[in-house]
Amino acid sequence: MSTDSSRLLELDQVTMRFGGVTALREVDLHVDEGEILGLIGPNGAGKTTVFNVVTGVFVPTSGMIRFQGRDLHTEPRAGLGLLEGVAPRLGPAKGLLTRRRSRNRITRLGIARTFQNIRLFSEMSALENVLVGTDNHHRTSVPGAVLRLPRHRAEEHSGRERALELLELVGIAHRAEETARNLPYGDQRRLEIARALATEPRLLLLDEPAAGFNPNEKRALSALIRKIRDTGYTILLIEHDMGLVMPLCDRVAVLDFGQKIADGLPSAVQSDEKVINAYLGVPA
Amino acid sequence: MRGLPRIEIVAPVAEAWNRLPRPARWLATLALVVFLFLLPTLTIPIIDTPGSDFASVLFFPVGIYVLIALGLNVVVGEAGLLDLGYVAFFAIGGYAMALLGTETGIPFLLILPLGIVASMVGGLILGTPTLRLRGDYLAIVTLGFGEIIRIIARNTDAIGGPRGINQIPHPPSVGGLKFGVIDPKPYYWLLLVVIIVVTLLVRNLQRSRVGRAWTAIREDEDAAELMGVPTFKYKLWAFAIGAGIGGSGGVLYASKVISITPDNFLFILSILFLSAVVLGGSGNMPGVILGAVVVAYLPERFRGFAEYRVLVFGAVLVAMMVFRPQGLLPSRRRAAELRQGDQSPDDAVGGEVATT
Repeated sequence: MSTDSSRLLELDQVTMRFGGVTALREVDLHVDEGEILGLIGPNGAGKTTVFNVVTGVFVPTSGMIRFQGRDLHTEPRAGLGLLEGVAPRLGPAKGLLTRRRSRNRITRLGIARTFQNIRLFSEMSALENVLVGTDNHHRTSVPGAVLRLPRHRAEEHSGRERALELLELVGIAHRAEETARNLPYGDQRRLEIARALATEPRLLLLDEPAAGFNPNEKRALSALIRKIRDTGYTILLIEHDMGLVMPLCDRVAVLDFGQKIADGLPSAVQSDEKVINAYLGVPA
Repeated sequence: MRGLPRIEIVAPVAEAWNRLPRPARWLATLALVVFLFLLPTLTIPIIDTPGSDFASVLFFPVGIYVLIALGLNVVVGEAGLLDLGYVAFFAIGGYAMALLGTETGIPFLLILPLGIVASMVGGLILGTPTLRLRGDYLAIVTLGFGEIIRIIARNTDAIGGPRGINQIPHPPSVGGLKFGVIDPKPYYWLLLVVIIVVTLLVRNLQRSRVGRAWTAIREDEDAAELMGVPTFKYKLWAFAIGAGIGGSGGVLYASKVISITPDNFLFILSILFLSAVVLGGSGNMPGVILGAVVVAYLPERFRGFAEYRVLVFGAVLVAMMVFRPQGLLPSRRRAAELRQGDQSPDDAVGGEVATT
């Protein structure tokens, strides 16, 4: 199924149920390498739930998610990597060979996100927040840090450089030493993007990055998102503002009550009757 | 409590300190270290302890409390994990010294690392199943662990049962330093060296990805995990490192006191260690050291009031919680986190990211 090499992320009939509430119902969705996919829908449609299943916060009730062709939520147990190809054919026994992939390992696989309600490490400086992201690719652990081994020093140095670069990219390099909590709201949103980029994702998930922005700020953010894509990232974007989504996104998918009701070019989605009804309500 | 005026003396002092040129800071630190080494040989009227030997008090409880508090601070102050059974690691270190010292011919300098490793293993055994719990639940389980270790010691005849272990050997004498029964000074000096080494190593950790990971976990564990921090691994490390430091305290303690019994490791000690950390300012090493000195020294200084000291202690702690909940010398960061406490991340998430 996932032979198409340009498919970065693929949701296959994903259903997510919480007790009696079905947040996602048999959603099929894919993100191709290098595109900006907009995910829109009325409040409560399940957009953030999509982010949560894609980042491993929830495991879907049924259905499957593949990232770069591989099962996102399960991984072979340590030392059993060779059996990865065999595992799906083992039926019930495969539980012994695989385990749930933890959230931090999903991040290291190449998926990073920002949060709808900003969740920075508020007492750390902007730079330190980004450093937490760059640490993903560092191999120093406790012994190296205790003894200040050369690799630790090298990684601290390169991590710092990379973090400053990213702060520069999102436009807040001059605030690197400031405590995250003291940053203006817009800069906090930008810092979240820099922190996510620091993990070096293939796929960047942005959850309403323009919430609370004025039109000017929205335009600047739009330009930033495009720039990030052009540096080689793939972006999945949740956003309410159609004025931002339509010109920015290569493709738009629409969720309503946990179901995908449209998926296509922005212009096509915009004139889709189901979408218009979902947003404006069906006339009685 | 938010309405009370905040008297800030710490921040200006810290700032002045940071403004000093590097060599000046080095000199001041060196002078402090020299002073601490000379301390047991000096007789300073006010800080002397009537009724007990000052140098002895410096080793236990003061020095030992400082070392233990530094270890507990890694767990509580850095990683933000509440551990109410920390005395267990002190006990494991103590029993390691006692057993290996009496039953085998292993030299002291080898027993010290072995005791540390044994405590770290204890930390891993406690942490592996329990660090999936949070907050109150973790506190309760660790409290149980502290009691389990003591009760196992009391009920195991092979390690002396309730009578404990006697005839624990002293460290060998080095040159002019005689580790004997009469003079406590060499033990104090040895302890001081260990404290300094621990301080430097923990500071290295604070200034690395490990320290960042701990801060991130403390501030928002879910966000940390989603930013790729292996939270479980780093919490386990915090537990193991804290346990190892506690264990080193146990080894040093047992190497001086000749005999230990399970009653040396009562639950109240866990509480006193935790008080030292919280009182001083969790997350800030100078604060934690000060807290440990206060908790350990004041009761010795005012032995005349011995019967009331727990009472006084309680009153002081209550007053602290009212007037200075961040501790005597708080870390800038922890103080700010505490002020925000009411809107802790777990409450603020709404439905966005479930606490799993």
